[in-house]
Amino acid sequence: MVTEPMAQTLTSQPATWQAAQVPFDEPITDWRHRHLLDVDTLSKDEILRILSTASAMAEVLNRSVARTPALRGVTIFNLFYEASTRTRSSFELAGKILGADVINVSGSGSSVEKGESLVETLNTLSAVGADAVVMRHHASGAPWLASRTIDGHVLNAGDGQHAHPTQALLDAYILLQEFGDLSGRKIVIVGDILHSRVARSNLWSLTTLGAELTLVAPRPLLPAALAPGAAEREHPLSLPSVQVESDLDEAMVGADAVMALRIQNERLRGKLLPSSAEFARRYQLTAERVALASPDAIVMHPGPMNEGVEIGVDVAHGPQSRIEAQVSAGLAVRMAVLFLLIRGGS
Amino acid sequence: MMNSMDAPAMDRAVTRIAHEIVERHPDPEPLMLVGMRTRGVPLAERLATRIEGIDERRVPVGAIDISLYRDDLAQRPHARMQPSRIPEDIDGAVIVLVDDVLFTGRSIRAALDALIHYGRPAVIELAVLIDRGHRELPIRADYVGKNIPTQRGDDVRVSLLESDGEDCVGVYEERMARGH
Amino acid sequence: MSSILIHGGRVIDPAAGLDEWLDVLVVDGRIAEVGVDLAAPDGASLLAASGLVVAPGFIDLHTHLREPGQEHKETIASGARAAARGGFTTICAMPNTEPAMDSAAIIDGVLQRAQDVDCRVLPIGAVSKGREGRELTELAALKDAGAVAVSDDGDAVADTSLARRAFEYLSDIGIPLAEHCEDPAIAQGGVMHDGAVSARLGLRGQPAAAELSIVQRDITLAEAAGSQLHCCHISTEPALQAIADARARGLNVTAEVTPHHLCLTHDAVAGRGDELLYDTDAKVNPPLRTQADVQACIDALAAGIVDAVATDHAPHAAVDKQCEFDAAAFGISGLESAWPVVNSLVDAGRLTLPEAIERLTVGPVRAWSLDRGELNGLGTLKVGAPADLTLLSTDAVSRVEPDSWASMGKNTPLAGHTLVGVVAATVSQGRIVWDGREQ
Repeated sequence: MVTEPMAQTLTSQPATWQAAQVPFDEPITDWRHRHLLDVDTLSKDEILRILSTASAMAEVLNRSVARTPALRGVTIFNLFYEASTRTRSSFELAGKILGADVINVSGSGSSVEKGESLVETLNTLSAVGADAVVMRHHASGAPWLASRTIDGHVLNAGDGQHAHPTQALLDAYILLQEFGDLSGRKIVIVGDILHSRVARSNLWSLTTLGAELTLVAPRPLLPAALAPGAAEREHPLSLPSVQVESDLDEAMVGADAVMALRIQNERLRGKLLPSSAEFARRYQLTAERVALASPDAIVMHPGPMNEGVEIGVDVAHGPQSRIEAQVSAGLAVRMAVLFLLIRGGS
Repeated sequence: MMNSMDAPAMDRAVTRIAHEIVERHPDPEPLMLVGMRTRGVPLAERLATRIEGIDERRVPVGAIDISLYRDDLAQRPHARMQPSRIPEDIDGAVIVLVDDVLFTGRSIRAALDALIHYGRPAVIELAVLIDRGHRELPIRADYVGKNIPTQRGDDVRVSLLESDGEDCVGVYEERMARGH
Repeated sequence: MSSILIHGGRVIDPAAGLDEWLDVLVVDGRIAEVGVDLAAPDGASLLAASGLVVAPGFIDLHTHLREPGQEHKETIASGARAAARGGFTTICAMPNTEPAMDSAAIIDGVLQRAQDVDCRVLPIGAVSKGREGRELTELAALKDAGAVAVSDDGDAVADTSLARRAFEYLSDIGIPLAEHCEDPAIAQGGVMHDGAVSARLGLRGQPAAAELSIVQRDITLAEAAGSQLHCCHISTEPALQAIADARARGLNVTAEVTPHHLCLTHDAVAGRGDELLYDTDAKVNPPLRTQADVQACIDALAAGIVDAVATDHAPHAAVDKQCEFDAAAFGISGLESAWPVVNSLVDAGRLTLPEAIERLTVGPVRAWSLDRGELNGLGTLKVGAPADLTLLSTDAVSRVEPDSWASMGKNTPLAGHTLVGVVAATVSQGRIVWDGREQ
C-alpha cells in the first residue's frame, strides 16, 4: 500500500516542534480562515497549527485502514485548469482519506472546453452543492475571484505565477521536521523566481517562521521589484524584503537548506536566457555547490525536476535530498488544510 | 463547585482499577492501555505504572485522538488535533481504553471506530475515572473509579497533576458552568 | 430663433483670461453675448447658474465609442449622452472599432450616426489598415472625410519603418499622429505596471520603459519629418520628462493625461482591503503606475507640459470584467467621472480652477488645432463661438455611482469613491443636453 513508505518518512523524523506547539489543554478556538488562498495572511501560530495538524494526519496514514469519517457528507471539487499529477492526486487522496466525496473537473473534457467562463463554471459547482473547491488555474488571482463567487471553501492549488500555499506549507513542514525551529536558519531559493508561485508563497511562510531567505536568480528571472535599486522597496503591498544574490556559490555558504525551482525548457532557448548549459553553469544545484552549504544542509525541489538543468542528478537523489519526503508531506498537509478549513470554524 | 474527589481518593481509585485489570487479564495476556486525548493519556500512564508495581509487567501505553471520528464535527469546530500513537500491533491484543469522564458515550464510540482502523483486537474494554451518567449510546465502562450523579447540564472537570498541577474532580452546576 | 440665457454664474473662459460673475446669451447655436444683467429675448430658455461655474464645454481628445461593431459596450448615442453628463460637448472618437475607422467610408458612417446625438463627435482615423500595423491607410482621404488626427490607439505603431513613413507623410497633411506609447517588445503582454504590486500579485508587468521607448522613438521620427506627435495617455515620469525636453526644444509635441492616471496608483489592482482584489476594473492600458508617476502627471498638467486631460473613456460590458484578471478587457469608463477627478485636484490645491478648465477646453483645441472653419472659437466663450457650455459645481461632494451613469460601461475602479465636483448642466450646440441642477 502506498501509504507505507510515506508514513515512515513522516514519522521517522524528530518531532519536537509538533508536541511543543500543542499545549496540553489549549482551548479549542475557531479557525478564522474560510479559504486558503495564500500563506501571506497566515500568522506564525496559524502556520504551526496547520503543520501540527498535518503531523497528526501523517499518523493516520500509518493505520492499516487509512480512512476516517471526518469529512463524511462533504463534496469537494478538484477544479484543475492546468495539468498536474502530484498536486491533484494528493488533494484527491487527502479528501478521500478524510471521507469526503471528491470529484475531479479538468479544463479539458468539460464545459470549460466549450468556452464556459470561470464564473459560470463556479456558479455551476455552487449550484450542485460544492462544499469546497480545490482550484488550479493559469491566471494569477483566479482563486480570489472564486472566493467571491461561490459559497463554499476555496483552496488554491496554484494560481498562475502567484501562489501555491500548500506547497509552501509542505516545504515548511519538511524544514521544521529537520530543524525544529527556523529562526535564523539560512534558506536559499534558486532559479526562476519570476515565474514561480512556489517561490512567492515560500517568501511569505518562511519569513513568517523566522528564516533568513536568500534568492538567487539571473536578472531576467527576477521580478523587477526585487532587483537591486528597484523603486518602491517600502511599498506596503510589496513582497517580504529578503536578500537577493546573483552568485549562487556565495549564497550557498552557510546555508541550512536550499530549494531549486523548476525552470521550463522553453525559457532556456535564447529568448529569455542564452541556453540550458549557460543556466546550469551558473545556477545548477551541483554537489560542489551543496558542499559549500552547512554540512547538514538539506536540498529541496517542488518538482517536477529537470535533472541536469536546475539540479544535478546526484544531488536530487543524494543523502541531503528531501525531495521524496516533500511529496509525502504534501498529502498530510493537504489533509490538515481540508480538515481545518471545513471543520475548524463555526 | 463541589469537590467530588481529592488526590488521595483519586490515587486509591486508580490503584483499584489497576488491580481489577490485572485480575481480569493476568500475565501473559497481551494487554495494552490506550488513553483518550487529552486526560485519558496520563491516566493510562498511571495505570501502567500501578500494573507494573503489581505484577512487574511493562504494559504498552498508547494515545488516541478522536477529532476525526466525532459525530458532531459538522455542528461545532473541532480542529485541535494531536497525533495518535499506537505503540504495537493491536491484532489479537486486549485493549483497555482509558478516559477521565464517561458521559454520553459518544467519545467512546468515536474512539472505538478509530481503534479498529489499526487492526482487530481480541477485546476492547473501557476504564474511566468518573462515570457521571446520561448515556446516549449503549456503552458501559468495565472499570469505574467513581460514579457521580449529575444533572445533564453540569460540568464535570478532572484535573491531573500532569496537566493541571493538582489531582481533583470538580462538579460545576449548570448555572456556574456557563460562566466558564 | 432659439435662445438660452445662462444667468448668474461665474464665467471662466481661460482663452480670454475671463473669470467674472456674468450672464451668457446663446442664440441659434452660437455665443451671442457675454455680459452683466443680460435681458432674455422672448421665448428664451433660462438656465440659472448661481453658485455654479460657467465654462466652455469640455473637449475630449480620447474617447472609445465602440460603434460600429461592439454596440453591446457602448453606442455613439449612449457615449454622447455620457459625454453630456460629464460636461463634454466635443469628443474625438478613437478608430479601434470593428471594423476599424481606416477608410473615408467608415468615418463617413460614424459621422452620419453622430449627427443628432448629445455632443459633437470628431473622428480619428487609423494609421494602418485594420490597425494591423503593416500598411498605411489613405491618410489624406481620412482627413478630408473629417478625421482630426490619426492613431492606432490600443496599440502603438510598433513597426519603426511604418511609423517613420507615417510621420513623413503627415508632414504636409497637418493632422497629428496620436500615439499609444507602448513598445510591445518591452511590454510583452504585461497586464499591469511592472513594480512592487505586480511582483506581489504574480501578474505580468509592463515596465515604464515600454512607454519611454516609443515616446523617444517618435520624438526622433517626428522631429526628422517635421510633423506633430501627440502622446496619448502618458503615465510615467520619464516619458513626461522626455516630452518636456522635446517641447523645450520647440518641437511640435503635444500630450494628454487621463483622469485615472491623475488619481490612482497600481495599488488599485490589489484593492483597498486586506483581501487581495485583483480588481479588473483597475485594469487599463497604459496601466496605473506608482505614486511618483501620479505626482509627475499632476505636476506636468499644472505646468502645461501636458496640453489636455483626455478621458480614454473605454466602456466595457460587465462580462468583459467579471473574469480572471489576465482575461479581463483593458479600460476604464471615464466620461462621467472626469470633472470630479480633476476638480478634486483643484480642491486639493494641486492646480488652479482656470488651469483645470483650460486643460479640458482650449488646451486640447489648440493641441490639435480643432478650431478651424465652422469650429472657430471652439473651446472658448467668445462671441460667435459654438454654443458649447457646461455648468459646474466645484464644491458639491459626490460619490461615484456608475449604476446611475448614462454610459453603458460601468467599469471604473473609482466606484464608491467620494470626490468633489459635479457637472450641473451642459449645453451642446445651443441645446440643453443635460440638466442635473438641484431644483
